[in-house]
Amino acid sequence: MRDVAIIATAQSKHVRAASTLNEVELIQPVIHEAIEQSGIGRHDFDFTCSGSSDYLAGQPFSFVMTLDAVAAWPPIAESHVEMDGAWALYEAWVKIQTGQADTALVYSYGKSSPGDLPRVLSRMMDPYYEAPLWPTSIDFAALQARVAIADGVTSEAQMAEIANRSRNAAASNPFAQLTSSPEVADLLSSEYLAEPLRKHDCAPITDGGVAVILAAGDKAREHCTRPAWIRGIDHRADGHHINFRNLCVAPSIGIAAEKAGVGMGPVEVAELHACFTHQEPIIKAALGLDESTVVNPSGGPLAANPMMAAGLIRLVEVANRIHSGEVSRGVAHATGGHALQHNLVAVLEGEG
Amino acid sequence: MSDQPTGQAANQAADDDVLRAPLLLEYPFRRTTGPVIGAYFTALREGHLVGILDDSGRVICPPVEYDPQSGKSLTKIVPVSSEGEVVHWTWNSMIREGQPFDHPFAWALIKLDGADTPIYHAVDASHEQMSAGMRVRARFALERRGEVSDLECFEPAN
Repeated sequence: MRDVAIIATAQSKHVRAASTLNEVELIQPVIHEAIEQSGIGRHDFDFTCSGSSDYLAGQPFSFVMTLDAVAAWPPIAESHVEMDGAWALYEAWVKIQTGQADTALVYSYGKSSPGDLPRVLSRMMDPYYEAPLWPTSIDFAALQARVAIADGVTSEAQMAEIANRSRNAAASNPFAQLTSSPEVADLLSSEYLAEPLRKHDCAPITDGGVAVILAAGDKAREHCTRPAWIRGIDHRADGHHINFRNLCVAPSIGIAAEKAGVGMGPVEVAELHACFTHQEPIIKAALGLDESTVVNPSGGPLAANPMMAAGLIRLVEVANRIHSGEVSRGVAHATGGHALQHNLVAVLEGEG
Repeated sequence: MSDQPTGQAANQAADDDVLRAPLLLEYPFRRTTGPVIGAYFTALREGHLVGILDDSGRVICPPVEYDPQSGKSLTKIVPVSSEGEVVHWTWNSMIREGQPFDHPFAWALIKLDGADTPIYHAVDASHEQMSAGMRVRARFALERRGEVSDLECFEPAN
């Protein structure tokens, strides 16, 4: 295996609605910042890969227009996933492993504000049995939370504590959308959005984007004083029908964690793509994390949830803490689909 | 352009001036349902429910084409009851276009008698009536066309 590292990162300031910016205008400054930070020439990347969704953009092949943000002339080697950017990073990592690239630019973005996001996400469901009923992402998450509470995985009080902790942690995150929280008791006295979920249990609706520069071996050391090496990365999926699995466990996370080598060393920090409070304990259990791991110091998706970017941001938040020397080993988790159906796990480490 | 505000500042300054237009997204394709999903829809048209035997002998309802564990093709359609029990439920009071009712209702996982996996559907009941373990029965549409909406919802069985 080739050593591959995250050597530079950038994020937008995440907001509820970036109404006056189109996708190109939203992501171009972010890409520019990551490239500048890496010190690699803008025409010198061997591979470019992005993640976004036509369902959010409202038109087919919408990512082609966003290529205006990377200056795709002279022609570049480029690819796209209709998934969170964490999977674009995975594709770029594979490309580097094959030896066809030494450097890669990865970015992803989402503008959820123009539509009714929970309703748009109902289109992810099975088109025969579930999508015709138009259940929303919150409806599915609420059922998962019900199962998790019934099985003793979490409680409404613990969920409120997770919401409170996450949003208060985001006070130190300059990119976060929500940066404070009412007290737990006040959260618990608010009305249900979809039992047993209250508003604070749900990630906000966010517009934003993220960019990452990957480099292999000495190229990474040349451009970064303390690269965040990707020591393991894997992704797995459970079946997409929510009624065929126990919703309060995530077997695919467990498999990905084992393949990525999460348990091979201490996990100082973990950034988890938990868009609903009850999912954090489910993910923690599947990863095998204990109380010694700091979870979502950035605030996580509960503080900013740009669709298609929030998973890649988890890798960025861990990488940033390795770049700064704050931690030496961390785990990032990204998810796609409803109720933690498809999951990616990455182990990042610093040297020395 | 250089003196234009950027980023969030621009959002705040110019939000009122943003031009807005409706956008209708459509999926103008027809799908064929095949022997498994087609069998389910045919049964719905006739006013009853079916599942499929999986690799380990469990009855999956609604039926799927492949075993969720082994991935093998499944073919043996079996009847299941149109009555069953609510396993988990949540209350939906923010009704959105396309959903089964225009009044508040429950979403539920319902284990039908004779099935080993729950079906996801709407229950037309009051919030007070809803509980895990409650008995429900299928309510079929009066005019059925061999599609998922032939099964309107579930309702309290007592």
